[in-house]
Amino acid sequence: MTTTAVDPALFSSLDPPRLAGSRCESCGTVTFPAQAGCAKCTGTDMARVELPDQGTLWTWTVQAFEPKAPYRVPAEGFSPYGVGYVDLGEVIVESRLAGDPAGFEIGMAMRLTLLPLWAGPDGAPVVSYAFAPAGAFAPAGGNR
Amino acid sequence: MSIEVAVVGVGLHPFGRHDPALTGMTMGAQASRLALADAGVRWADVGYAVGGSNVSGKPDTLVSVLGLTGVPFVNVRNGCATAGVALATAANAIRAGETDLALVVGFDKHARGAFAASPADYGHSDWYGETGLMVTTQFFAMKDRRYLHTHGLKEQLLAQVAAKAFRNGELNPDAWRRKAISEDEIMRARVINPPLTQYMLCSPSEGAAAVVLARADRAADLCERPVRLAAVAKRTRQFGSFEVFSPWLPPQAGHSPSVDAARAVFASAGLAPSDVQVAQLQDTDSGAEIYHMAETGLCEDGAQQELIDANETAPTGRLPINTDGGCLANGEPVGASGLRQVIDIVLQLQGRAGARQVAGSPRVGFTHVYGAPGISACTVLTG
Repeated sequence: MTTTAVDPALFSSLDPPRLAGSRCESCGTVTFPAQAGCAKCTGTDMARVELPDQGTLWTWTVQAFEPKAPYRVPAEGFSPYGVGYVDLGEVIVESRLAGDPAGFEIGMAMRLTLLPLWAGPDGAPVVSYAFAPAGAFAPAGGNR
Repeated sequence: MSIEVAVVGVGLHPFGRHDPALTGMTMGAQASRLALADAGVRWADVGYAVGGSNVSGKPDTLVSVLGLTGVPFVNVRNGCATAGVALATAANAIRAGETDLALVVGFDKHARGAFAASPADYGHSDWYGETGLMVTTQFFAMKDRRYLHTHGLKEQLLAQVAAKAFRNGELNPDAWRRKAISEDEIMRARVINPPLTQYMLCSPSEGAAAVVLARADRAADLCERPVRLAAVAKRTRQFGSFEVFSPWLPPQAGHSPSVDAARAVFASAGLAPSDVQVAQLQDTDSGAEIYHMAETGLCEDGAQQELIDANETAPTGRLPINTDGGCLANGEPVGASGLRQVIDIVLQLQGRAGARQVAGSPRVGFTHVYGAPGISACTVLTG
């Protein structure tokens, strides 16, 4: 069974998790997800790029009520989840947030992770992306 | 000399929750008839009509109940800015000399609870909705949090604005929410998307509103105190604006379409924000009223704390805002909401606003709507 992305266009890699965006060859604007035209200069020469996997929390909230469709309720039922924008330097990305909202603060360091969503047709997990407080990860170089 | 436009009649089907059998279109017809009666004109006299509804049918179908006069009838569907765009369209028809008399009507009948949006309608792929990012109230909460943080404002301000809305609703016989709610109760209420609680967010509702516009040089024959539509302007977003349903933002923040629409409308009217004596701002949530005060130029960023602490935005203050209770106390039938704003300002400028009447015979009013996916329409009205 292979983990698959909810939309392959979002990722340049699942392991390690990396998001894919696009950069305008004319004005340098970076978008997420990748798009065919530049929202800033209206150019159409867009190159696919990998986005940084670390940034800072720009704003956030918690989705406390179950959204209507097309939201897909997880098999185990709805529970509130964090949502925010994470500043990656060249682009600010909207994202589900992992971790305890009680600790969320504008400006805190965040890091990309995968977000399990539901089981695909073959039972393998379907994932999206999330950012979690960087403190929740093992220190850099500390991997066993 | 260019043709000027005046409001000569207003009609409101009160917003709220009504009989399930009462359709949006029926409310639209009722509001239209009230506005025509207020102006003392017949439907057959109307030479141009514009109608707005987001979810409750095609407005031009109203001709089947109002009368098949052959009138040109334009339908508008621009989210929360629908009524503002409809008003601009009708005013332009008068200015272009197509007609001397126009009707603008907006109506909607929404299901309970937050709106459900389709990703495809907004140019997004399915993942955006399926993973739970496409919820309008999330955006309101996140824009509020960022704005309060950036300008050093307290979260309590969100409750102060909501409490003011319900106090105003108490004074407005047409309001949906007519009971004052304390700041404490608002702060302690069910959290929807923090920092927003249930009383800080407006609810989708039902209702209709209509206005009759006329060439200003003929308005005095129709109306004792016509209100001049000094200017109306509408804008879509520019690059960098923080908008609902945005999977990404550029790191250099831009300004919202409200800033552009407000600048344009004041320039066109030859007036400044400081001339405004009574205002209506889009208050989809109480934070929206706070940042729209600054985006429309009515105050500087960060100055809201002092103004609101001093009750300057109450009907008795220096800059009364949303004297009819706004979206928070009336709910938001999307197609009608901007016309409710215009009606409140017209009543204020005519001295017909009853218990919520602003003192001192205001002469300059302002309205502002803002909607997804980044559109704003503003008017300047003068008495």
